[in-house]
Amino acid sequence: MAYFLAKRLLLMVPLLLGITLISFVVIHLAPGEPTDMQTELNPDAGIELKTRLRAQYGLDKPLTEQYVLWIKRLVALDFGTSFSQDHRPVWDKIVERLPITVLINVLSVGLILLIAIPLGILSATRRNSMFDRWTTLLVFLGFATPSFWLALLLMDYLGVYLGWVPICGIKSLGYDYLSPSGQVLDVMHHLLLPVMVSAFGGLAGFSRYMRSNMLEVIQQDYILTARAKGLSEWTVIGKHALRNALLPIITILGLSVPGLIGGSVIFESIFAIPGMGKLFYDGVMMRDYPLIMGVLVIGGVLTLVGNLLADVGYALADPRIRNS
Amino acid sequence: MKCRWLLVLLLMPWLLLACQQQDPYYADDEQAQTPQFGDTIIMGTIGDASNLLPMLSTDSSSSEVSGQIYNGLVRYDKDLNFEGDLAQSWEISADGLEIVFHLRHDVKWHDGEPFTSADVLFTYQLLIDPQTPTAYSERYKQVAEASAPDEYTFKVRYAKPLASALISWAMAIHPKHLLEGQPIAESPLARAPIGTGPFRFVEWSPGEKIVLERNEDYFEGAPYIKRIVYRIIPDLTTMFLELQSGGLDYMGLTPLQYARQTTAPAFVRRFNRFRYPAFAYTYLGYNLHRPLFQDKLVRQALSYAINKKELVDGVLMGLGQPANGPYKPGSWPHNPNVNSYPYNPDKAAQMLSSAGWVDSDGDGIRDKDGKPFEFTIVTNQGNDQRIKSAEIIQRRFQQVGVKVKIRVIEWASLLKEFIHPGNFDATLMGWTVPIDPDGYNVWHSSKIGTGQLNFIGYKNSRVDELLERGRRTLDQQQRKIIYDEFQQILAEDQPYTFLFVPDSLPVVAKRFRGIKEAPSGITHNFIRWYVPVAEQKYQR
Repeated sequence: MAYFLAKRLLLMVPLLLGITLISFVVIHLAPGEPTDMQTELNPDAGIELKTRLRAQYGLDKPLTEQYVLWIKRLVALDFGTSFSQDHRPVWDKIVERLPITVLINVLSVGLILLIAIPLGILSATRRNSMFDRWTTLLVFLGFATPSFWLALLLMDYLGVYLGWVPICGIKSLGYDYLSPSGQVLDVMHHLLLPVMVSAFGGLAGFSRYMRSNMLEVIQQDYILTARAKGLSEWTVIGKHALRNALLPIITILGLSVPGLIGGSVIFESIFAIPGMGKLFYDGVMMRDYPLIMGVLVIGGVLTLVGNLLADVGYALADPRIRNS
Repeated sequence: MKCRWLLVLLLMPWLLLACQQQDPYYADDEQAQTPQFGDTIIMGTIGDASNLLPMLSTDSSSSEVSGQIYNGLVRYDKDLNFEGDLAQSWEISADGLEIVFHLRHDVKWHDGEPFTSADVLFTYQLLIDPQTPTAYSERYKQVAEASAPDEYTFKVRYAKPLASALISWAMAIHPKHLLEGQPIAESPLARAPIGTGPFRFVEWSPGEKIVLERNEDYFEGAPYIKRIVYRIIPDLTTMFLELQSGGLDYMGLTPLQYARQTTAPAFVRRFNRFRYPAFAYTYLGYNLHRPLFQDKLVRQALSYAINKKELVDGVLMGLGQPANGPYKPGSWPHNPNVNSYPYNPDKAAQMLSSAGWVDSDGDGIRDKDGKPFEFTIVTNQGNDQRIKSAEIIQRRFQQVGVKVKIRVIEWASLLKEFIHPGNFDATLMGWTVPIDPDGYNVWHSSKIGTGQLNFIGYKNSRVDELLERGRRTLDQQQRKIIYDEFQQILAEDQPYTFLFVPDSLPVVAKRFRGIKEAPSGITHNFIRWYVPVAEQKYQR
């Protein structure tokens, strides 16, 4: 197992390097530069200012040199200084925004699994029943509904009309005056809607995977054997079938990390959540190269770690993989 | 049967939306109120501020916040005339080359240090320092000599008279005692500014909110409102819902929201809406390097083919006005007596025919020397008003036998790949209108070229002459004559078809009193806004 882990970890290094190289080249291919915000269509800004700013940001150097410089800094865990007008260290900007994005994603994945797995199991065991059909309809409705639209409707109904939940943001205005438990409740109250909406859209995928895995498993001979032994239906499904049916879910979970990061952009814009997705989007719009690269590296690391965890989880769950 | 019920259940919440939550009732009696201190105003803003040192930022969110924290030497008053800010008076020498500012004696920085002419001189030196990453240096490089002869006098001398010299000193004055001797780009003041303005900085949660608090020692008297909270809400629809739920007191409405979604009694009872022309216009600019647009007659014909009224009605829901030139209608430089090209498709068709463009092959598109009259309008992504305008114009041009394609391109790519290399036929974009009428950077022929603002390649020697004179003349009446002629020539040449001037549509919670609409907008007397004690919402 240790060997397996070490091998996987070592493999991650060239992979991450490849990710950074491709990202670096691609973002520099896009037209536009970080200096544009200050100089483009600005009657006060002359050509001379543009060249001066470019030199200050190091953009006048050849691309390869810029990349080498960037890698050198990265090795020392220095993400550089943002090219945006605030000139802050990229690391500070990411760190203050990462926790909320991770929290929302973890909560919504948790909620998805909590609902999708039982849904999938029930649909599979009651295949083609009324329940199966209705849940299919419902989860695909969730899958097909544009999340920003659903979010706006829920905000209007639950937030404006009923006044049950806050519309947007993560804290109330009087947050600082609340007790610690009050603060936690306040944040939870604010997160209710975003987590619900993002979970609704993700239900379809996981519950369908669960359903089809389960269907496949319960047609196996060992299930027949278990039933023939006279085990209760609960033991057959909950113990023998479920364990095997859960395996592919682990893989899908690991693969869904990049999608979650991408989806954060939309949620964070709609719900005005100061998270990493919004930071990344603004960075891209301003061509803030150090920030974009910083977020991509963090995202890359998270994805690779997600994959690694999935592999480890798989190995733990399935002896065939562990031993091969 | 079951199926139908589920649908009804799913739809029910949305059907109920028609009726609104009950709102607390606010008394409407405006009369004989004395202003009272207290309460918080919560303002919605789309983007986070970037840097609260004003010389380092160019975004509107930053300048909105720092506008409450800092002062310049002069400013525009509510009628857009000059008035003193940190300067109580000023003199301009007879030759127009020298300005002497007499500064107020009673101003203190938020940290208690006195404000003096040394701060002004320091700000000037920072602005022209090549190490300062500022976009504003150009104007201050025109200064030949700046000095501070005593603590409360600041003197600048120009090599040539410059009409916009005085207003350039509306630039926020930065504190010398806190910024001296370190690179300004690394100053902590960018995140926690200290100024002289009516509000002092309290807190900034990045991406979430910025909090300011009343400056009790403000030299014009402390503002009535105790706190300003800027809430960052990137999505305009969310912002509007937040406003309705009571989480915001101030925002700018879209034309659609103003016309359709804010007329219900429940809304009107809680909010006051305002409407006045914005300092901006939208235009269709023709690339004059292209043979297609080199004939003035063609450009005039295209202007006649566009129904500007229809654009205002369709795109702005009627909340704007047709434009006829580069200045804001109602402002002093604006010349209302120029041809505004009223919609006249017959005339347009006739003019195109006389320019040699006739439909000789009967395909519905005019042609000349075997080439059809076809071109592409480029505009930027994310601006719905521009895209809709382009589509309406496309239809109108079709009617006079001109075929138009529309390409919508992401902003940075549009500039880099199309506008700056001159690689476009026509472009639909907008300009904000500065209060000073100097249009040298946009219209002068020396500003043709990659990365410059006269990207359509407009060249008229008389216009060049007028623009050069206009920016060197200080007397407003003489300038008016110059810029009136400039607008006459633009109207005749039609290098742009000036489309429309949109309205600003701010909305403010009704509990705020003392708001007075003026040519400059509503925020000119912000420090005099107040909330009667009985209606105050936030105690802390």
